[in-house]
Amino acid sequence: MAIGQKLKQNAPGEIFSWISQVFGKEQAKIGIYGPPNAGKTTLANRIVRDWAGDVMGAASEVPHETRRARRKANIQMSQDGKGLTLDIVDTPGIATKIDFNDFVEEHEMEENDAKDRAKEATEGVVEAIRWLDDVDGIILVMDATTDPFNQVNVTILGNLEARRLPVVIAANKIDLPESSPATLKNAFPQHPVVPISAISGYNIDQLYETMVENFS
Amino acid sequence: MSENGVKINLVSKSMLDEMSLQEKIQFILTEVKQDVILVLEEGLEPDEEAKLIESTMFEIDPESFVGIEMESQREMEADSIIGKLFQRTPYGSRASMTVVGPADKLRTVYKDGNSIEAMVLEKQTAEANGAAA
Repeated sequence: MAIGQKLKQNAPGEIFSWISQVFGKEQAKIGIYGPPNAGKTTLANRIVRDWAGDVMGAASEVPHETRRARRKANIQMSQDGKGLTLDIVDTPGIATKIDFNDFVEEHEMEENDAKDRAKEATEGVVEAIRWLDDVDGIILVMDATTDPFNQVNVTILGNLEARRLPVVIAANKIDLPESSPATLKNAFPQHPVVPISAISGYNIDQLYETMVENFS
Repeated sequence: MSENGVKINLVSKSMLDEMSLQEKIQFILTEVKQDVILVLEEGLEPDEEAKLIESTMFEIDPESFVGIEMESQREMEADSIIGKLFQRTPYGSRASMTVVGPADKLRTVYKDGNSIEAMVLEKQTAEANGAAA
């Protein structure tokens, strides 16, 4: 039975707290990182919904929807006798450029709203980078329909490797026909890469297994 | 820039070595905000890249500066069999070269383990200069 399904049938908190105590308790603060619109909040919502019956925040097709880091504490997972308690931190998308005109031209926002959003997005990027000092591991969400070697992915991976933080790469959006999860796997052979669709839940149990293996 | 065209500065390793992290970040941002594209002979460390992105966010101005385009080149792990076999790239190490420029003037076209191909948006530059003149 799928892990997510198993959980939904149980009262998660108490049962997994007990499992953690019996099989070994681990706790980790896990940041969900990636470029804007990679699907970070969609994934965070799925994790939080599957393991705590809650949601993290709103997701949108407009970039920089998440402009403040959000944290959900004490998410309890278990897999093959291993217990893992997570604090999930959904971070704003990291970007090297933020142009309010993109919001106006591509998403038909009013100019003042677009400028406000751009300003908040710059603050969100700063917050996301600062969270790197305070996480124990990272789920790096990459859009499997885009170039894996974009500078944001490379910079985040570089910082993780330099800090020796464990990372799981979620190759997201594989429900889209133009996705190429194999490209991502080939691009980063030194890290676990799990092809998923955060929006449909496809292969999400594989991601949970990989998280427990790598973060506990 | 007052004249049409794009200025490209090749910055030597020795010059970069003399700078502290803060000086390096300040130097890069000052140049890039003046529409200069920099090719750093010694690339940035991952934490320097993160610091540069963070500092860039404080400089973004809706009317004049939208951010940076940056690409770093890191060499494959040539010393190990595993590195050669699996084309592993040590992302946690210093880049062998970094190209950084204003986001509205520079576009990365292609990048792999051996090269960075970038395009300078000359037309936009000329238009921007014309508008500013």
